[in-house]
Amino acid sequence: MLDQQRIEELSSGRDRGAGIRVVVGETTGFAHTADLSESGLLSAARAAAAVAREGGGGVREIALSPLRDYPSHATILPEEVDKAKKIDLLRYADEIARSQGSSITQVQVALGDSTRRFLVANSDGVFASDHQVRTRFNISCVASGDAGMQTGYRPVAGTRGFELLTMEAIEDAARGAAHQAITKLDARPAPSGDLPVVLAGGSGGILFHEACGHGLEADAILKNASVYAGKVGQRVASPLVTLVDDGTVAGEWGYLAIDDEGRPGARNVLIENGVLTDYMWDHLRARKSGRASSGNGRRQSYQHLPMVRMTNTYLLEGDSDADEIVAQTPRGVYVAQLGGGQVNTATGDFVFGMTAAFMIEDGKITAPLRDCNLIGNGPEVLQRVDAVANDFSMTPGTCGKDGQSVPVGTGQATMRLTGVTIGGTAS
Amino acid sequence: MSELMERAERILDAAKGDEQIEVYLSRGTDTEIQAYQGDVENLSTASSSGIGVRVLRDGAAGAQVGTAWAGSLDEEAIVEALRQARDNARFATEDEFVAFAQPDGVEGAKLELSDASVLSTPLDEKIAMALELERMVRGGDPRIRQVDAANYSDYVAEAAVVSTKGIRASYERSGAFVSVEAIATDGTSDQTGWGLSAGRAPHELDLSEAANDAISRATRMLGAVKPASMKGTAVFDPRSTATLLAIIGGALSGEAVVYGRSFFANRIGEDVASPLFTLLDDPTDPRHFAASVFDGEGLACRRNVLIRRGRLEAFVYDTVSARRAGTVSTGSAVRGGIAGSPSAGCRALQLEPGSMDQAEIFRRVGNGIFVESLTGVHSGVNPISGDFSVGITGLMIRDGQLAEPVREITVASTLQRMLLDVRYVGSDVEWLPGSAAGQSLAIDGIAVSGS
Repeated sequence: MLDQQRIEELSSGRDRGAGIRVVVGETTGFAHTADLSESGLLSAARAAAAVAREGGGGVREIALSPLRDYPSHATILPEEVDKAKKIDLLRYADEIARSQGSSITQVQVALGDSTRRFLVANSDGVFASDHQVRTRFNISCVASGDAGMQTGYRPVAGTRGFELLTMEAIEDAARGAAHQAITKLDARPAPSGDLPVVLAGGSGGILFHEACGHGLEADAILKNASVYAGKVGQRVASPLVTLVDDGTVAGEWGYLAIDDEGRPGARNVLIENGVLTDYMWDHLRARKSGRASSGNGRRQSYQHLPMVRMTNTYLLEGDSDADEIVAQTPRGVYVAQLGGGQVNTATGDFVFGMTAAFMIEDGKITAPLRDCNLIGNGPEVLQRVDAVANDFSMTPGTCGKDGQSVPVGTGQATMRLTGVTIGGTAS
Repeated sequence: MSELMERAERILDAAKGDEQIEVYLSRGTDTEIQAYQGDVENLSTASSSGIGVRVLRDGAAGAQVGTAWAGSLDEEAIVEALRQARDNARFATEDEFVAFAQPDGVEGAKLELSDASVLSTPLDEKIAMALELERMVRGGDPRIRQVDAANYSDYVAEAAVVSTKGIRASYERSGAFVSVEAIATDGTSDQTGWGLSAGRAPHELDLSEAANDAISRATRMLGAVKPASMKGTAVFDPRSTATLLAIIGGALSGEAVVYGRSFFANRIGEDVASPLFTLLDDPTDPRHFAASVFDGEGLACRRNVLIRRGRLEAFVYDTVSARRAGTVSTGSAVRGGIAGSPSAGCRALQLEPGSMDQAEIFRRVGNGIFVESLTGVHSGVNPISGDFSVGITGLMIRDGQLAEPVREITVASTLQRMLLDVRYVGSDVEWLPGSAAGQSLAIDGIAVSGS
């Protein structure tokens, strides 16, 4: 990490181990160990199996299928890139950001890469291994002005090697983050209350990840803890909404050749033209419901239990023109970048932050707004989509659930919602 | 001396030439149980250990530090981590302020933070607690239609920090928790409520407290409506106050301050809050779940008063941020596990209690909004600019009493304004897991966005 033009932290680490899951009836026993010797694995297996309290012993032979080995698509493996070269990239980004204006007073640039190799086998005979290489770069800028400090942020991340970080990608991110901070120096307080909202293509996808994605995960569905339980075949959204979760988008942050249960990543249509078509499934939840997993069983590491998680979740683009959508909005808020969010799957209520937003007045994008939250209800917002443009793009993010973080992608084209509550302070 | 400390010390012997080494070792055992529909849904038990190592070398213009970690205490993993840390140090910018902590003579507080009964309590008893908690919530109110998960978890952890500078610190801690999320329904819509009880051992847990909290939070939100936008007084419940204090604590980190990333920068001695507001970070108070004898660099934790009667008095520092600010560490280095480097942060915040209980605060406020939970805190609060806008659920306060439940609203202000607008501080302190305790807190001038 480069901070205040100093390389402040250079860290490397390694973790390896095994997680063992034993399922008996409705109960899952789980143990993990960093000891990969035969005795270490056996003792973890015994600990996991201890939950089978009535268990009568016995030996069952399992015929594993031949190993399916999925190679990485990375062309330049990050571990083979000189550390000095990575540092040069950080310095270059810092320089570009600072050259955007004298009000840029701080720049923080971070670069990280990870290589994850795993092998999964289960008593159904699944036997597969994957090699996941991910690279991530992000830049944060602080601009200082008379009215205080403002921040700008841009990530670049993919399930790719070092080839992801082209000069062009770095320059775009550095300029974008700096301009975002500088623009916000003139920001005025955001309005308070219900207003039409135009979401720019890309980072707005997190709204759908939060507003409905989490509610379509089968663990919440099977516990009847989601507003979408029992609604397959029903209209749950505007006809303009087709929502897809897709682990197969090569190179995207949420891409996976196989999920952490050995199931190949898949493209799953969740909502088609407004009608709920399916949920997302992992092995356990699918087995309970007598169907196949949809390739959504993911875990943070061997120390965590797999559960239903999203991969790349996006809304298909429409055929409107993005500029036209703004021009046809007399008064509203234009959200150029959304930050993180949070949802209660049982009620559908969600919140997320606007980290770059502007007023729309008389069909034109005008004054920048200070950071604030949007709040809404998933099922309601899905009905309020009244225009979708044709400028689709995706953004990387990190999704947290029950204390586990996994990389995900979200995406959409510029679109309009007829009304969302803006949590500002101005009237 | 603990066995872990001996292992850590042996690693120091690998120091070459005039390089310095700091080793952080940790080891722990934890158990997690989830009950669902009268059965154990998940049960996991595991031990883990790891090492974080930092190597420092002196250069012409200052020191360079490299970091590495490994999720095991194998000889091979340790040797590899040391090699990586050494290599990484070569690339760090030489910096005159970078240094490892030096022993400063401050004695660690005598705290008993570990309870052996976490390990000696039979697993069956722990399972029974999770099952009983679920049963209590399911049977506690006819409007409860589902219990999403009833959890029991505990841990015992030990850690040691040693360095070639003479740091020798080790400690043990334990914790036990139950938590439960209830879903209540009135036939047309659902609401959720979450309850917990925490202690250092299973026998300290209060299942009915957790169950009743979840039930009452879920059921009293039934029929919640979106109110009209307004501006007025908000009363934060203890959990919401704790969240708020943790955010304010972030801006009181000496690191945020020296880097100009805090709205408190350059304001020492100024009145930044209401005179009712006295905030301290005190890891030596054993009532706090985050109490600790040593900080992340192995210095003794101490009681630091940060804001006294509204006046900003101090920030918390680790060694490096203190050197940048021209002062000394306040024993406030925190680290996020083996992979994290130490940084300056608050560990055990508490707000000096006032004299009124929650009911008295409601009476005095008369009309306003009671904030029961905050959402979107990580996206809606900017500790640099102080902008604050978060989603809430809660209840209206009318004529000094709780009235109808409300949802899908945001409350907004700036952190600067909110601190000055504190009107009442409650006496009802709740010691919660996390970096802050909380009590009821009434704040004026809050903009509420509804319909």
